[in-house]
Amino acid sequence: MISSDSSKVTRICFDNIEVENMHKLDVAKKHGAYAFLPTVLKDFDTDRIIDEVKTSGLRGRGGAGFPTGLKWSFVPRNTGKPTYLLCNADEGEPGTFKDRDIMRFDPHLLIEGMIMAGFALGVKDAYIYIRGEFLHEYNVMCAAIDEAYAANLLGENILGTDFSMNLLMHRGAGAYVCGEETALIESLEGKSGRPRFKPPFPAVEGFYACPTVVNNVETLSTIPAILEHGGAWHAAIGKPNNTGCKIFSVSGHVNKPGNYEVPMGTTLRDLVENYCGGLQHGDVPKVIIPGGSSTPWILGEHYDVPLTYDDIMKAGSFLGSGAIIILDETADLVAVTRRLAHFYAHESCGQCTPCREGTGWVERVLNRLDAGNATEDDVKVLFDASTHMAGRTICALAEGAAAPTLSLLKFFPEDVQAKLVEKSS
Amino acid sequence: MSSSNQPRFSEERLAEISALVKRYPSAKSALMPVLYMAQQDFGYLSMETQEMIGEVLGLRIMEVREVVTFYTMFKEQPHGKYLLEVCTNASCMLNGGDELYAHMKKELGIGPGEITEDGLFSIAEVECAGACAGAPVVQVNNMYYEKATASSMDELITKVRAGEAI
Repeated sequence: MISSDSSKVTRICFDNIEVENMHKLDVAKKHGAYAFLPTVLKDFDTDRIIDEVKTSGLRGRGGAGFPTGLKWSFVPRNTGKPTYLLCNADEGEPGTFKDRDIMRFDPHLLIEGMIMAGFALGVKDAYIYIRGEFLHEYNVMCAAIDEAYAANLLGENILGTDFSMNLLMHRGAGAYVCGEETALIESLEGKSGRPRFKPPFPAVEGFYACPTVVNNVETLSTIPAILEHGGAWHAAIGKPNNTGCKIFSVSGHVNKPGNYEVPMGTTLRDLVENYCGGLQHGDVPKVIIPGGSSTPWILGEHYDVPLTYDDIMKAGSFLGSGAIIILDETADLVAVTRRLAHFYAHESCGQCTPCREGTGWVERVLNRLDAGNATEDDVKVLFDASTHMAGRTICALAEGAAAPTLSLLKFFPEDVQAKLVEKSS
Repeated sequence: MSSSNQPRFSEERLAEISALVKRYPSAKSALMPVLYMAQQDFGYLSMETQEMIGEVLGLRIMEVREVVTFYTMFKEQPHGKYLLEVCTNASCMLNGGDELYAHMKKELGIGPGEITEDGLFSIAEVECAGACAGAPVVQVNNMYYEKATASSMDELITKVRAGEAI
């Protein structure tokens, strides 16, 4: 059980993550699932729920960190159109694997969060867009949704109230860009996943041009605790403007890679040394990729950074989805950058020229560099192509694609120089 | 274009599809799930299958083609009974993903896009599977094998060749 005393809270979404068979409704109910839902459906209304979520300080856990309550407040009311709730479970940012654990181990937490969010926003049809590769998680979620329907937690007149909501699982099919919310909407409309121009924002004109809220799995899974214990309770966990707990997916050169949920503000060193079994080699990381592969690198000097949106930004990067990739002194940084460049070139949807062409150029030059066939001029091309991608495209993929290369050139020019072909006279 | 060997969904599938279509504001949203059903039923998405899906959902062939060609998990070519997909993205790379992929290609004697002579295997290098704590990760028909090693994959390949369940 989560403590109602904020100072004692260490985990929220993962509170029951180790409970055996938590994916089954009867077990989940024994551990508090859906216990507070009747109170929400009976005593809460839209304004109160949005106020609690605003007060909680909850920021979107998918990567952008946008305040969830504010996002919900943008949804126009009484438009005569349906409002849709979409859960973004297209977890594809390299290094990120947290939503997978919520879905496979505690699916009812997400379902309960979606019922509460759907109730607040007047939603009749909600969808979970899950990445296609997560077939097992898709099956677990489908079974949990079936159980929820059978228990009248979904469908018509939920728990005997006037509120009705449907929930359907929808599989993506291997396109990273569909994690961008407007690309996700396009994909859910049965099209290729190409991000849309904004505005209009999805809150006003989203799924089939109707008001639409897109929230991440972890974000929605935090809602039941916030409504049960109150927004102020959540706001007192972590740090101001960086409230609550956060799941960090830690991988790379650590001894015990995994998902660890800790209060925001825990230091990176604490997380790595006391949760992840320490580094595979050395005392400090060579490179820290703090929020998924598209966030700029920070160096070992920031090992004591508190894990908050604001502190990571001060250190020069982003908290992103909380996917921390640790590279120790054994890492070949040019090779890692080349591999990430291949990823972004492969995943660019192709509609914006700077991204489509830029990611291709960066990949080709890095291939040459890693093979020992690049010249000084190539390094200039690398820098130019990377700097001209960012900020010139519809979505942020190009910016993320440029981040590893720009980080490599900024922090490790000697690693680049060491791989150049010897200059001919 | 119709002929006797044209792919057809079973009556049960068609009933499933018409129920699914009702769950969305428009039939077009059902395209991706129906493509998955077709892959399950027919192994891959031939042009004939794609045309048939267009007819079933009332979509133009270009609308179907647009989606099939955009997403990597929709296959226009047949593959082996077991599709081995090795992640070589950053976290897997740092933990031996490239070496594992090279080993498996050598063991099977095939490269990406090929099928072993016995029809059992195809292999592909894939992007981040979203299971980086288990690096390196191999997906076998979308089931995850985490912290995969050359010997654990050799064992799996041997079992499949011997007709054993994996």
